[in-house]
Amino acid sequence: MSVLIQASDVRYRYDDGTLALDGVDFQLEEGETVALLGPNGSGKTTFVLHLTGLLQGSGEITVCGMPVRKENFAAIRAKVGMVFQDSDEQLFLPSVLEDAVFGPRNLGLPADQALAHARQALEQVGMAWAVAKAPYHLSAGEKRRVALAGVLAMSPQILVLDEPTTYLDPPTQRELIRLLKELPQAKILVTHDIAFAQALASRAVFFERGKVAALGAIDEIARRYDWRL
Amino acid sequence: MLHRRDARMKLLALLAVLVAVATTQPFGLVTASGFAALLGAGLLISRLPVTGVLARAAVVLPFTVTFAGIAWLAGEAGRAFALIAKPYLSALAVLLVVATTPMPALLAAASSLGVPRMLVLVLQFLYRYLFVVAEQAQHMWVAAQCRGAALRTSHRAGRFRAASGTLAVLFARSYEKAEGIERSMLARCFDGRIRLLAPPRLGWRDLALLAFAAVAAWSWRWWVAS
Repeated sequence: MSVLIQASDVRYRYDDGTLALDGVDFQLEEGETVALLGPNGSGKTTFVLHLTGLLQGSGEITVCGMPVRKENFAAIRAKVGMVFQDSDEQLFLPSVLEDAVFGPRNLGLPADQALAHARQALEQVGMAWAVAKAPYHLSAGEKRRVALAGVLAMSPQILVLDEPTTYLDPPTQRELIRLLKELPQAKILVTHDIAFAQALASRAVFFERGKVAALGAIDEIARRYDWRL
Repeated sequence: MLHRRDARMKLLALLAVLVAVATTQPFGLVTASGFAALLGAGLLISRLPVTGVLARAAVVLPFTVTFAGIAWLAGEAGRAFALIAKPYLSALAVLLVVATTPMPALLAAASSLGVPRMLVLVLQFLYRYLFVVAEQAQHMWVAAQCRGAALRTSHRAGRFRAASGTLAVLFARSYEKAEGIERSMLARCFDGRIRLLAPPRLGWRDLALLAFAAVAAWSWRWWVAS
């Protein structure tokens, strides 16, 4: 198994002085799914934003062998597909198809190829029927799937999903789990939902006050930190 | 009909009309009527709701009426009329183009016509964030109503304090949301350029639109001046 993401001693302090990451070490291997667990404000989202250079602190991060530096941002962002917690922040173009094409076009693909990628990704997430719809007319689950399609259309090697179950009802969550299981990419799931993590991830990393407090089997971590309802 | 025309040609036609309106002297009722007729024809063929567009164009009037009033009090009635009519007709022309062109196409057209990329980028984000601010305001209004905001006593000072506080929170929340949007765009390799699905193609109808608008506006200007 090759290492896709290697992070060591990542530190980050927000402008207001809050220490959000305090020496985080992390590794993601090809094909694996890792759940990032931990209380609100423990640094999970801040950490994943570092993976594509959306936030930059100190420490070393390499993605697919490339150090996360400005000159590599475009290549790294093409490899790491991020699905954000709030789909409304991600979907901003007038139609579902145009939004799904946004990423591939930014990668420099010609319009016809970008269109083919976008249609295939929408098909993959079961949203091909909505190509002409305005994203704001969709339900929360549909928006999530379109946001995922927008990322899949860029053919990333790694998927990062930040709180993917937010606003989703249980049947839609089940559908999302089924869909994510079918995707071959390595995945990082930032979640509070232990059942969701168990369904998809092979191991968990528990964040606490900006540090990796524990890593290992999800059951064991959930038990140790009393991380169940 | 205007909806299908090339955005670049619409922008150039708009520019021709705006410059003609701004530089025509003298600008009396007859002159204004000529330009109004041209824009009215545009409104009709584009099948926009005429009264709605006419009302929206009036948004510029509060800014101009004061200066027009001063000019009128100074005994310059013609100037006062021009101070009202020119901005109103200009706003009408801008609305006509904006209402018949999708914003991404309009911005791409501006970019391809040489408008500085930074300005286009600012406009792009401004357009996107307007919706964000409106949505945040809507959420805050609902939250306030749910907690009995409408039942409060209508003391003017208290209302002002509440409104200014709300505005501050609204901007803080909108800023946070806007940061999230920017991140999500950057995460999908956004480099400051919106790439359209299909590159625009110029047809003879697009060129005819530009030619008609420019010739009509500038002929009228020349006729008035002479």
